Amino acid sequence: MDENVEYYRQMLLIRLFEQRVEQLFTEGVIRGTMHPCTGQEAVAVGVMAALSPSDYITSTHRGHGHFLARGGDPRLMMAELFGKKTGYSGGRGGSQLMGDYSLGFLGGNGITGGSIPVATGVGLSLKRRQQDAVAVCFFGDGASNQGTFHESLNMAGLWDLPVLYVCENNAYAMSTPVHQALSIENVADRAGAYGFPGVSVDGNDVSAVRKAVVEARARACRGKGPSLIECKTYRLSGHSRGDQRRYRSAEEEQKAWQQDPIRRFREKLESEGFMDPDGTDQLQHEVQQQLEQAEQFARESSFPDPDDLEKGLYATDQL
Amino acid sequence: MRQISYSDAIREALTEELRRDEDVFLMGEDIGAYGGAFGVTRGLIDEFGAERVMDTPISEGTTAGAAIGAALEGRRPVVEFMFMDFIALAADQLLNQAAKLRYVFGEQASCPLVIRTPTGGGRCYGPTHSQSLEAWFVHVPGLKVIAPATPYDAKSLLKTAVRDPDPVLFLEHKMLYKQQGQVADDDEHDDCRGILPLGEARIAREGQDITIVAWSGMTREAEKAAEELEKSDVEAEVVDMRTLSPMDTETLLASVRKTGCVLIVQEAPRTGGVGGEISARISENIYEYLDAPVRRLASPDVPFPASPVLEERMIPDKNRIVEVAVEMLEEGI
Ligand SMILES: Cc1ncc(C[n+]2csc(CCOP(=O)(O)OP(=O)(O)O)c2C)c(N)n1
Ligand SMILES: [Mg+2]
Repeated sequence: MDENVEYYRQMLLIRLFEQRVEQLFTEGVIRGTMHPCTGQEAVAVGVMAALSPSDYITSTHRGHGHFLARGGDPRLMMAELFGKKTGYSGGRGGSQLMGDYSLGFLGGNGITGGSIPVATGVGLSLKRRQQDAVAVCFFGDGASNQGTFHESLNMAGLWDLPVLYVCENNAYAMSTPVHQALSIENVADRAGAYGFPGVSVDGNDVSAVRKAVVEARARACRGKGPSLIECKTYRLSGHSRGDQRRYRSAEEEQKAWQQDPIRRFREKLESEGFMDPDGTDQLQHEVQQQLEQAEQFARESSFPDPDDLEKGLYATDQL
Repeated sequence: MRQISYSDAIREALTEELRRDEDVFLMGEDIGAYGGAFGVTRGLIDEFGAERVMDTPISEGTTAGAAIGAALEGRRPVVEFMFMDFIALAADQLLNQAAKLRYVFGEQASCPLVIRTPTGGGRCYGPTHSQSLEAWFVHVPGLKVIAPATPYDAKSLLKTAVRDPDPVLFLEHKMLYKQQGQVADDDEHDDCRGILPLGEARIAREGQDITIVAWSGMTREAEKAAEELEKSDVEAEVVDMRTLSPMDTETLLASVRKTGCVLIVQEAPRTGGVGGEISARISENIYEYLDAPVRRLASPDVPFPASPVLEERMIPDKNRIVEVAVEMLEEGI
């Protein structure tokens, strides 16, 4: 299968996964909250397409897409959201805290900016090992205002660490538009202050994202140090479940939907002859089936045993 | 008196203080048009404008520090942290800066700062959005810590906090926001209407058989447990600490002298919690009045899990309070 078709499939999987999960939250089947990445699928898929299995990834509160694109199993993700024992974190982490270290996926994060130093440290270790591998750190425009971001970029620049800082600039941090929270227009420009390159790319164009990450990765593996890649995109959904989005207009959202990365990519693939409408429908059908199975798995799984609540805090007492 | 919700009570306190004193202003993430993650500041920006209801970037450390600076310069900032868990990012500013200023620099350094933040579990928000970290701050000399359980106390104590000349941490429990209750009305002729002093516990319910000590979200569970115990002719007294620092030891001791039996209920993990401090104060002062060892009910010493079944096991509730109270009374007899 053409790799582009595979990217399309992954983007679709992410979109439909988030839609279904949001629905399940609304129905009260899943409790807590979630942050859908609807509209940002091309970033997740474009970045992962440029990585190798030896690379490490840290994710965010809006991390389902990153995880799926890295090969996370929708069944185990869904089970985690359901709070089930079979979930990635045995029900302990929920939406924001699932990961699979065998995939180099170190998990989402509940603290905005919390993973940026951690990714920097992974880079530090990778550099000492001189492996052909990088640490990739996802974070949002809002997170780039945390001290951890600036301290990390300085350290990575100082020590030429193989870290790719991938900013998903989705125009908002919760209800706050980027221009109300950043003193400059582009997050990418902040890299200059720390002595390494920063680029802004169209985050709704999976190929553009992939290309930027391929270059940054090659640079890091040559020992040239970190890069900051700002992917300009738009959060088509609310910030989290229950967000009424009163802080932006319907017109603005409609305009953003015209840039929907999935539709754009499908149109491109169809016009270039990589896919035809029948093929697209077939893909959609397959993805939907995969998600139905994931949901069924989650529903049928059992909850963790409350008696195990206190197990697994330290290495001496594994669950 | 009017009945309103705990979150409306907090909004009323903020509104009245913003009206009363030009120097009062709010800072926080998404507190303006969005009204805060829990809607507490909803609408305030319409009356007071964006300069007094300031949305900040996601920068908790510097937001706390900037509020300290503004306070030193004579203003009265009220900062909202979206979840108490995030206060960790501001810990340095609060404990190494704000808490030490007056002690070191004397009268010249007044830091009238309020930090408001929601605590607690019950909503399946998982390990980094459910913690009750009050013990960290009770441990820091120079900070005051308030944790109200009712709309009345929330409104009255927040007003007191805003007027206080020192840094105050004001803890709001997420599961209380919708709870209804009476509040004091604002009175344009009496500035101090409904103002409560810090450092006074409240007897939420009187009884002679056992003292149940609680604060914040656990107060409600303790009251429900007391109602349940009444059915088996046990008269439980519920002491709502309300302010954890300064702590009202007198009210606490008076209750325990009367009942001879005390159960402390805390939502935070057991070890190193405020419950331990309360227990120590009782044993140090009135050991001879105790008919049974002081007991604590708390969350186990693990992070807060997301799964509903685990979270339910985590947090002490009415049933467990009743269970332990009955056990204690049986042992004590
Ligand atoms: C330290 C900290 N502060 C605040 C929050 C609450 N919060 C969660 S996500 C978010 C917005 C983050 O914005 P951005 O980094 O742009 O990521 P996006 O949500 O747009 O993906 C906020 C304020 C948090 N989880 N952690
Ligand atoms: Mg954002």
